[in-house]
Amino acid sequence: MRDNPLLALLLIMAPLSLMSVGGGQAILPEVHRQAVQVHGWIDEATFVADFAISKMAPGPTSLIVTLIGWQAAGIAGAAVATFAIFVPSSIVVLLLARVWARYRGAAWQKAVEQGLAPVAAGLILAGSLTLFRAASGGWLAWAVALLATGIILATELNPLVLIGSGALVFLLAGG
Amino acid sequence: MTDDVPPPGSATGFAPGSPPGLGDLFSAFAKLGLTSFGGGLTGWMMNECVRRRRWMTEDEFLTGLAMAQALPGVNVVNLPIWIGYRLAGSPGAIVAALGVIVPPMLVVVVMAACYSWLARYEATHLALQGAAAAAIGMSLSMGLRAARRQVRRLWPACVLGIVFAGVGVLKLPMVAVVLVMAPVSVALAFRYPR
Repeated sequence: MRDNPLLALLLIMAPLSLMSVGGGQAILPEVHRQAVQVHGWIDEATFVADFAISKMAPGPTSLIVTLIGWQAAGIAGAAVATFAIFVPSSIVVLLLARVWARYRGAAWQKAVEQGLAPVAAGLILAGSLTLFRAASGGWLAWAVALLATGIILATELNPLVLIGSGALVFLLAGG
Repeated sequence: MTDDVPPPGSATGFAPGSPPGLGDLFSAFAKLGLTSFGGGLTGWMMNECVRRRRWMTEDEFLTGLAMAQALPGVNVVNLPIWIGYRLAGSPGAIVAALGVIVPPMLVVVVMAACYSWLARYEATHLALQGAAAAAIGMSLSMGLRAARRQVRRLWPACVLGIVFAGVGVLKLPMVAVVLVMAPVSVALAFRYPR
C-alpha cells in the first residue's frame, strides 16, 4: 500500500486536515516528517524551497502540500494532496454552518454573535501584531505597514494599488 | 438551496446589499485568494464582504471568523465556506472554497516551476517583502475598524483586550484562548445584551 503515492498522500493529509488550526502552520512538522523522512518523496532542500514558495505565493501556506503532492506523484498527486488537506475540515465547517442557518434569528444566536465579535476583533489585532513581528525589512516594513493602515482607514483606495506601491517602495529603497 | 437562506442584514453594522450569485462568489474569493500576499487575508475578506459588497453585517462576519478560527482546518478556507453558505447555501460554500484554493494552487505550482529562476534576483525578494508589508496594513486597519465598535462598552472592550494580550502579546495557543474566552464573552452578552 505504501507503494502507491496517491493513496499514501490521501492517508497522510486527510487526518492532518482535522488537526490543522489557524494558518495551518501546526501541521508542517508532520508533513515534513512524512514527505522527507518516512516516504522520501523530496529532500530537505526541496522542503525548505517548497515552504519558501508557499509563504511567498498568494493563498494559504498549507498549499505547501500541493507542491509536495506534485513532487511525489505529478498533477494527480497535487490534486489529491490539496483535496485531502482541505475537504475533511471543510465538511465540519459546512455542517456547523447548516446548523447555524437553521436557528437564524434566535435570541441565543444574537447573544452568540455579540459575544464572538470582540473575540474575533481581538484575534485580528493579535494577528496584525504577529505579522508586524514577522515582517522582514525592519523599519521600512513597519513604516510601509503603518502608512498603508492610515491610507486604508482614511480613503477608498484599491488595496491592490497599495500592495503594488509597497513593492515599489521596497524596490526603490533597496535598489 | 438559496431559498432556505434568509437575505443578509440585521440591525448592526453595514446595511444589507443584494445576495450574490455563484459566479460573484467565485470571482470575489478568487480575487481575495490571489491577492493575499504575506498574510492578512482575513482583513481583505472583511473589507470585501462587509464594506465593499455589503453581503453581511460586521457582527455576522466576526462570528464566522471566530468559528473559522476555533474549528479544525485552515481559517482562510473555513471562513469562505461559512460566508458562502450564509449567502448561497451549500453550492455557495463549495464555490467560495474553490475560489480561495484553486487559483492560488495554480500560482503556487507555476511559482515552484520558476523558483530557481525567480530566487536569483534580489528584486523578487524586495518586491515580495514590500507587498507583504503593505498587506499588514489591511489586517491592522480591519482590526482597528472592528475594535472601534467593540470598545464602546466595558465587557466587549475587556474581552478584546484579553484576547489580544493572550494571543498577540503572550503568544498563548489561539484555539485555547478562543475556547476559554468565547463562552465567557457569550455569557456576558446574554447577561448584558446590547
